[in-house]
Amino acid sequence: MRLASGGRIDRAKKLSFTWNGTALTGFTGDTIASALLANGVKIVARSFKYHRPRGVFAAWVDEPNAVVDVRYGDQHDPNARATLVSLRDGMVVAGVNGYPSVAHDAAGALDLLHRFLPAGFYYKTFMTPSWQSYEPQIRAMAGLGQVGDAIETRAFETRTARCDVLVIGAGPAGLAAARAAQAAGASVIVADDRPEPGGSLLWDTATIDGAPALDWVGATTAGMRVLSRSTVFGAYDHGSFAVLEDRAAAPAGWAGPRLWVIRAAQVVFATGAIERPLVFPDNDRPGIMSANAVLAYLRQHAVLPGRRVIVATNNDSAYATAIALRDAGAAVEIADARAEAPNIEGIRVRPASVPLGTGGRGGLAWVDLGPCDGSRRERVPADLLAVSGGWSPAVHLFSQAGGALRWDEALAAFVPVAAGQHVAGSVTGAWDLATCLAQGHRAGLDAAGRASDLAAPHAPASALARPILPLWGLDLPGTRQWVDYQNDVTAKDVRLAASEGYRSVEHLKRYTTLGMATDQGKTSNVNGLAILADATGQAIQDVGTTKFRPPFTPVPLAAIAGLRAGALFAPLRHLPVHDDHVALGAEMRDYGGWARPACYRGIGETTAAAVKREATNARFRVGLFDGSSLGKIEVQGPDAAAFLNLMYYNEVANLRPGRLRYCLLLRETGVVYDDGVVARLAPDHYLLSPSSSHTAGVLAMLELWHQTEYPTMQVSFHDVTAAWATFAVSGPKSREIVMALGGGADLSEQALPHMAMTKTMLGAVPCRIARVSFTGERSYEVSVPSGYAHSLWRRLLDLGEKAGIMPYGIESLSVLRAEKGYILIGTDTDGMTLPVDLGLEGPLRAKKIDFVGKRSLLTPDATRPDRRQLVGLLPADPAVVPVPGTHAVLRDGGGQRSLGWITTACRSPVLQRSVALGMIESGRARMGETIDLFHLGQFSRATIVATCFYDPAGEKLHG
Amino acid sequence: MLALPCPHCGTRDEAEFQFGGEPAIRPPSAVTDTVWAEYVYMRSNEKGPHRELWCHAGGCGQWFVLTRNTATHAVLP
Repeated sequence: MRLASGGRIDRAKKLSFTWNGTALTGFTGDTIASALLANGVKIVARSFKYHRPRGVFAAWVDEPNAVVDVRYGDQHDPNARATLVSLRDGMVVAGVNGYPSVAHDAAGALDLLHRFLPAGFYYKTFMTPSWQSYEPQIRAMAGLGQVGDAIETRAFETRTARCDVLVIGAGPAGLAAARAAQAAGASVIVADDRPEPGGSLLWDTATIDGAPALDWVGATTAGMRVLSRSTVFGAYDHGSFAVLEDRAAAPAGWAGPRLWVIRAAQVVFATGAIERPLVFPDNDRPGIMSANAVLAYLRQHAVLPGRRVIVATNNDSAYATAIALRDAGAAVEIADARAEAPNIEGIRVRPASVPLGTGGRGGLAWVDLGPCDGSRRERVPADLLAVSGGWSPAVHLFSQAGGALRWDEALAAFVPVAAGQHVAGSVTGAWDLATCLAQGHRAGLDAAGRASDLAAPHAPASALARPILPLWGLDLPGTRQWVDYQNDVTAKDVRLAASEGYRSVEHLKRYTTLGMATDQGKTSNVNGLAILADATGQAIQDVGTTKFRPPFTPVPLAAIAGLRAGALFAPLRHLPVHDDHVALGAEMRDYGGWARPACYRGIGETTAAAVKREATNARFRVGLFDGSSLGKIEVQGPDAAAFLNLMYYNEVANLRPGRLRYCLLLRETGVVYDDGVVARLAPDHYLLSPSSSHTAGVLAMLELWHQTEYPTMQVSFHDVTAAWATFAVSGPKSREIVMALGGGADLSEQALPHMAMTKTMLGAVPCRIARVSFTGERSYEVSVPSGYAHSLWRRLLDLGEKAGIMPYGIESLSVLRAEKGYILIGTDTDGMTLPVDLGLEGPLRAKKIDFVGKRSLLTPDATRPDRRQLVGLLPADPAVVPVPGTHAVLRDGGGQRSLGWITTACRSPVLQRSVALGMIESGRARMGETIDLFHLGQFSRATIVATCFYDPAGEKLHG
Repeated sequence: MLALPCPHCGTRDEAEFQFGGEPAIRPPSAVTDTVWAEYVYMRSNEKGPHRELWCHAGGCGQWFVLTRNTATHAVLP
């Protein structure tokens, strides 16, 4: 029921929403839970295991029951917590885990079987033949919301921030800390999960410094950086904290949450405390609520959840609820578990009295009250039972950050042992406002590490401050006393687990699922471990808590992914003339992180046909290839030659300026890491061409060796890959086209032979022309600054039109290079391939200095005669292209042994047959032998030949 | 996320750095195969204080040695 006045809601802004298809209304300032309570909705959910009807219990993050399905616009949250979601106009809210509805759930009959479904019953029951055969049915019956299949469309952002002092919690202690730290000159961020700062002051009627508390909150937070609706959910290394900012109230609508990573030099934990339920028979009936939640709903939302109320408590905090209910016009009685009870005007207070049972269909109708031992009971009609079993400090983040906890007998609570950390407020077990403010002020100054003459805020001491009487359940056999509402764990389940030997709280958790639901046991953990302590005869301190791990509340994976999703998950690099390729019909694929043309298919042309056409054209006329993604690392300095000679397997110091050499780069293990052409531009200036996907790795390797092993050498490295575009003109007619570019460079065989380079100017544009070939045809790689890439690409196509120029893609290049036996690193080589395996033994014999990987090439393993070696393979059936990965096998009697495998295979257009490369054991000694191939149960045969299938003399390359 | 001290740029977030593993002193090539294999393949995998290489790859590019407690992530002097 909604009161006529009061609350922090805007009665002028009425909101319409539906609950299970019924139209209801609420106000701006409502949560879904407060609006449901205002409309008299009792049953909001069905429990996970027994499908028991459940109502709203709490008012905030500790809520165990009210998980609902929310649709708003095109957004859908199947497991929303009704106490946390701000109500919006047009929201469609429905109960979960109930069919046809949570009010009338067919599976509720499961509850009648509870005697056969004790803790661990899954493990004991579903063993034959296997758990997997039962799992689908059990999964279908259990669980909460149904996930939709819609793609998340909200924008998720990630932000980072730094500060001197991070204050977690904007309650009185947190604000006092932030106020003091800021006055002392520290940069401060306050993160708080509620829609507005104030914490308990939002429902407390306290005064601070003689004014209403919320006036003090407003004055204190002016000019302060406060992140509201921002849950600090994880404490990570070196003072970093992960924060999830709920932006449901953002002006843009229901925006996705924003993930913050805040790095703080100091942190003040002012995380507050969570009220515990009392454990007594049938304590899960809708209409039984946390006493503090009842107060919060009354003061924040002007909602009176019941008119005939019993407040059951073992401590003084619930008295404020009782008095507020009385003032709002409800009939109130207090059942206090303690022997002494104060007189409260207009309220009957029953001492030594606890709830012994409850009843009512579809909600609460009566409560049995009496002493703990159940020796007497009186049935009292009630539509609301507000309970308080004491308070558990919210030590989650403090503990995540490495803080130790101590069980305080007098407070009946785990409290932080602050050793060099700053804690303030009810997280320390201080329940009194004046103490919380004083602690906060002190913690803020300590965190800032500086003094301030700002006076601490002051509040009058509270009137009631009698000790708590710990109460962990009632010894009433045959009753069901609920500890974990969401996962349906009773006190009996905890005792059963203890009797079966689960003495560790971590084992108890896993066996009974206590505290493993989406609320992570915020209301249930301490009650559960106290019952375990009693059942096993241990002290609560010795039982301890389960380990606190992030996240404090559920975090959508989409928020952690942020913008790194979909097309931005691993963005592909684009070539400078990407658009030209696409316009020519190129099929763009991911090659080592670059979007590159696979081939340029004509209309109605297959990929295979396009590859054949492009490769043939490059062989007999001329082709144009975009090699811009190939790495370009400039190496400069007086020691450039000496340094690179230490890095490369091949000799590079004797390379003449203007000349190029094909070189291998090894790991210190001797394994081939990369290959590429090394060009010497000047005595002190080299240009390296690592593989497209290895450029960053090669640069890092050069830096590491320079900085750690040869720091005195004067040499520097610069990755200029993106600065230059490189196009290869390849084929018999290549020279005339490159000549036609102009620039005046002498491209004759004498001036620019194979593996030579020259510089020229195309008008005002600097240009490099290199004779280097990956096709086996005479080729010119023409490079210009990337900004001129489009002009050069267009011009080469125009100039080559008469000669029949065609662009060719990677797939066509793969065929051309396979015909020539040119290797592709990572395709023909793997993590075991040494240069000698590729037939490149010369430098090892000739080069005297200790280049990277040399010593490893001299070990017994590297010099074994039976290593796998790169060879060519001609399949016996020229029409069959063997699948790469096909093994070469030695058939020996009934068995077979692998000799190696095929690394590259294709149909060669120029030879009109299949060809392959492979790594075969002692391959070079088997030249001319025919061997067996084996793939997926099928045998075939192939003959071992030299790696170069086409123009082995290189006549087409030179000249 | 760790906060690591780059000798040039000061303390920065871990995301800016590249891990380079445990440093090994390169022996002369005249050593035995066993000694060479120790250098190439064997690492101590300490629990506790651990010397390791890091590169401020997203910043100045400096490689440096850091001592970090692998059990607590504490960066040690």
